[in-house]
Amino acid sequence: MPDTLTKFIFGRLSWDSLPLHEPIVVATFIAVALGGIALLGAITYFKLWTYLWREWFTSVDHKKIGIMYMVLGLVMLLRGFSDAIMMRLQQAIAFNGSEGYLNSHHYDQIFTAHGVIMIFFVAMPFVTGLMNFVVPLQIGARDVSFPFLNNFSFWMTVGGAVLVMASLFVGEFARTGWLAYPPLSGIGYSPDVGVDYYIWALQVAGVGTTLSGINLICTIIKMRAPGMTMMRMPVFTWTSLCTNVLIVASFPVLTAVLAMLSLDRYVGTNFFTNDFGGNPMMYVNLIWIWGHPEVYILILPLFGVFSEVTSTFSGKRLFGYTSMVYATVVITILSYLVWLHHFFTMGSGASVNSFFGITTMIISIPTGAKIFNWLFTMYRGRIRFELPMMWTVAFMLTFTVGGMTGVLLAVPPADFVLHNSLFLIAHFHNVIIGGVLFGLFAGIAYWWPKAFGFKLDPFWGKVSFWCWVVGFWFAFMPLYILGLMGVTRRMRVFDDPSLQIWFVIAAFGAVLIAAGIAAFLVQIFVSIRRREALTDPTGDPWDGRTLEWSTSSPPPAYNFAFTPVVRDNDAWWDMKKAGYVRPLSGFKPIHMPSNTGTGIILAGFSVTLGFAMIWYIWWLAALSFVCLIATAIGHTFNYVRDFHIPAGEVTRTEEARTSLLAAQG
Amino acid sequence: MASTATAAGTEPVFHLEEEHAHAEGSSTMLGFWLYLMSDCLIFAMLFAAYGVLGGNYAAGPAPKDLFDLNLVAVNTAMLLFSSITYGFAMLTMDKGRVAATQAWLAVTGLFGLAFLSIELYEFAHMIHEGATPQRSAFLSSFFTLVGTHGLHVTFGIIWLVTLMVQVARFGLIEANRRRLMCLSMFWHFLDVIWIGVFTFVYLMGMLR
Repeated sequence: MPDTLTKFIFGRLSWDSLPLHEPIVVATFIAVALGGIALLGAITYFKLWTYLWREWFTSVDHKKIGIMYMVLGLVMLLRGFSDAIMMRLQQAIAFNGSEGYLNSHHYDQIFTAHGVIMIFFVAMPFVTGLMNFVVPLQIGARDVSFPFLNNFSFWMTVGGAVLVMASLFVGEFARTGWLAYPPLSGIGYSPDVGVDYYIWALQVAGVGTTLSGINLICTIIKMRAPGMTMMRMPVFTWTSLCTNVLIVASFPVLTAVLAMLSLDRYVGTNFFTNDFGGNPMMYVNLIWIWGHPEVYILILPLFGVFSEVTSTFSGKRLFGYTSMVYATVVITILSYLVWLHHFFTMGSGASVNSFFGITTMIISIPTGAKIFNWLFTMYRGRIRFELPMMWTVAFMLTFTVGGMTGVLLAVPPADFVLHNSLFLIAHFHNVIIGGVLFGLFAGIAYWWPKAFGFKLDPFWGKVSFWCWVVGFWFAFMPLYILGLMGVTRRMRVFDDPSLQIWFVIAAFGAVLIAAGIAAFLVQIFVSIRRREALTDPTGDPWDGRTLEWSTSSPPPAYNFAFTPVVRDNDAWWDMKKAGYVRPLSGFKPIHMPSNTGTGIILAGFSVTLGFAMIWYIWWLAALSFVCLIATAIGHTFNYVRDFHIPAGEVTRTEEARTSLLAAQG
Repeated sequence: MASTATAAGTEPVFHLEEEHAHAEGSSTMLGFWLYLMSDCLIFAMLFAAYGVLGGNYAAGPAPKDLFDLNLVAVNTAMLLFSSITYGFAMLTMDKGRVAATQAWLAVTGLFGLAFLSIELYEFAHMIHEGATPQRSAFLSSFFTLVGTHGLHVTFGIIWLVTLMVQVARFGLIEANRRRLMCLSMFWHFLDVIWIGVFTFVYLMGMLR
């Protein structure tokens, strides 16, 4: 075939694009391929494709979409953690002239992929999944405002993850660090496909995130049960609302800044170049205007989880509900006024740095108020130290330390010393693991019985808990010390042998965390095996306080047979105290949205478009773009998107629950 | 959990007996507003980039060398007229007059096309003179900001045509009215953005 024709058909893609010279990648590919074939084979063998397609992939049920988000987050956690432990091992052995086992080309991709995956494809899906599952149940709604959009958002997030995973085996990932600062990420210094994978993965996933943000805001504003005023909303719903406001008000910034970087790379414009008037620091400013709200997008919903857990397991109404709400709102607003603290060293002058240093320190006030609210909720409460509560206490201890090192970093002169050092790495892992991840584990343990009708096995949960918590301290305290000694981030080899011991300790911590992840997987496996023994037929295993505990576990497709009426915060607690009797008759047909495969198809075209753009396969890009638009327009010609669950079916479902409850006595 | 005793007097109400249906599309307007605000943020970033880079000519052409305010005035008029005619389309829609609605929508689309044609002519002229997006950061941010607006107008026209087909096939049913309302907000939103572009890019560019 003539060369130009090959170039036309395949763009930059060739056999050389496959990283066959990297034995680690080849081995990973073989393992993933074998595992993938086994999984696909099993699905085919057990004839599950139709079931998966009908009941899950095309589902617009917020509960199923929420669970699928959690599965995505878990799968990507394994990938992101593999990157982490590879880095820890490399840094633990690359001393005394040793090059370690990773070459710089590979190592740079690993730390970039680790950051990108953990933020965008682990933390974000977990958080979105939790909100998706819980929020409509907490506000007494049957689904979200835009159920189809919800399905589409999920598949776009998956699409982004697919592109990141593809970069492992076809081509390479960015070698720029997780925010891809230019000019390093410009076409001059990163001519390969790595940064393009980065851009398109985030753009595809970003569409999903933005739309799901809009969707959940509308749901919370418009779909609350009668009587649930704003100040009667559960705290998790409040924090979700604030998070989604942050999503809608910050992800477009990321979209715009990545679009400008793409133009620099594809068209040759001069936004962030060093010549022709470009300004690389503008990229850093713009991306952190997204990036700082992003960290609050991640943590706020978990603050909500801790609030629910603390109040439930202390058997008390949350202390200072109103102050909790206002603290959340204040954090939401302040998160937009601090972005420059990520680059005090830019040299914007003492006044600007002081402003951003002070706003940063002010954030610790509402955050501290939250910590005290949780402590006062526990004070004189009848605390049950079940797994979610254990995670919450571990969070309060760990996160507070992380918050305090954050205040240290907010002092501009200190930051000039600590900027880009391992102290910073330790700080943000301290708050993200200690806050976001611990919160997710608390939330998963707390709402798992709601989602599946049985509790998680407590023994393996505790094993996972202790491995994680102890492992975290072992893995990151040495990094604080190393950072104070001046060790910078993203180093592959070291000259000073006296540093090695700290890296070895950190690697040991990472191994403990690996055990924690393994124990978590074992916990899920064991719990599914023992689901009969762990079963919860009541739907309210923790003596809960909010509306999601008033329905069955797992909830029926319509969530609530009758729309609940709310008289108080902690609506379900109020109902229980006031002698609520579950209605047993008079069921009406329930109006529900229909499933659709359009979301997954649109996301498929988006991935194809991204892949074609990454590899300069222009004909495929044009084709998939046209298909994307045509499918979207075609979808709007379908006006019939809903159906009614007949009253008879509702009656049957509710009667099944009645007999289940009666069997409990 | 279920206790039989309830407070004497008023029976507490814990659920609605009747299905209170959230009307189809009851959140759509709020959702579309939120989308518009997110889109507005994208433009805000592009304006910010233009604000930072707009004076970086890199020894290349400056606004005074490139902009023809007469042409831009005509172009602005096209877009503003299209907003007025869209307003007429909405008024006729409220009266349920399908043919008149379609006619006004068509006029709106033609004004939109005129706007795009003039913009493309302007771009082609600039590129012909060597003022390409690659020439300087000023031109990069200029073409991106104005081009993104143009791209939005393009999608607006595709959407408009789609809705005209749907109105022709299904009439002014509730769903179509809602969609026309969304496009109306989108169209006026683009007008507002253009007023920003006209002021900050063209007028103030000539003053630099």
